[in-house]
Amino acid sequence: MEQTTAQPHALPLDTNTGIDNRKIGVWLFLGSEVMFFSSLIGAYLLTRASALKPVDIIGSAIPLISLNTFLLICSSLTMALSLAFARRGSQIGLRLSLLATILLGATFVAIQYTEWNKVYTEGMTPFGSPFGSMFYLLTGFHGMHVIGGVGWNFLVWLKAMRGGFSAGNNAGIEFAGLYWHFVDLVWIVLFTIIYLL
Amino acid sequence: MHTTHRSRPIRYIAVFVGLAILTATEIALATGSQLEANLLIPILIVLAAAKAALVALFFMHLRDDTKWFSLIFIYPMLLASLLIFFVVFPTPK
Repeated sequence: MEQTTAQPHALPLDTNTGIDNRKIGVWLFLGSEVMFFSSLIGAYLLTRASALKPVDIIGSAIPLISLNTFLLICSSLTMALSLAFARRGSQIGLRLSLLATILLGATFVAIQYTEWNKVYTEGMTPFGSPFGSMFYLLTGFHGMHVIGGVGWNFLVWLKAMRGGFSAGNNAGIEFAGLYWHFVDLVWIVLFTIIYLL
Repeated sequence: MHTTHRSRPIRYIAVFVGLAILTATEIALATGSQLEANLLIPILIVLAAAKAALVALFFMHLRDDTKWFSLIFIYPMLLASLLIFFVVFPTPK
């Protein structure tokens, strides 16, 4: 292995590649998540090839789910802004934008739960049809990821409230942001293939 | 090599506006247009892919970060796309 001679201590992080090892870990985790959701989406598409989609039930959900999609896009903006605020040393901006991200994410989960209740009472249950099974499986796993992301963002917000981030120390926000944006990206795909196609 | 990238609020807001416009276009096409399915489906898939690319390139900073992260992210997508293609579109007997 090539030995590094040029100021190893100039790198503030544990690394033997020049890239923060923690960030490589986050990206490898996201790569595995790509495989996870891709396999679920593949199973959904295979199911759709032979199972009928309850167009009335799913169609009536589009207005509320469109709002939910917009909220998640808004939360990606506030998450990205929180990193920008941190890099500028704006503690107030960082805290407010992180709080907005958490509230938007929690609202997304609440609306998703309301939507589940609505389609369930209209007759689409997890065990009633192949489409129903795949619908609850995909949206359920995504919802669990959103809940996990809200929890992660909450921990980052608590650290921010204690002044744990600065213009030169904000990797924790970037890592949480990468996960949050990935969750948004997955929803962008799910929204189209489940509700619009 | 230490990776850095730009985190300009104006860029994030521009991406957000783009995502909102693409989403509104998708919904309008899916619910209000009279397009045939064989035309509508590819358009919706392209719009969703464009939105996903915007998020990955600008919010996740793949455009400015080291290309290794793009490789880590895109390689499993390619594998999964191949898997889905061969499962959903089997060779006719």
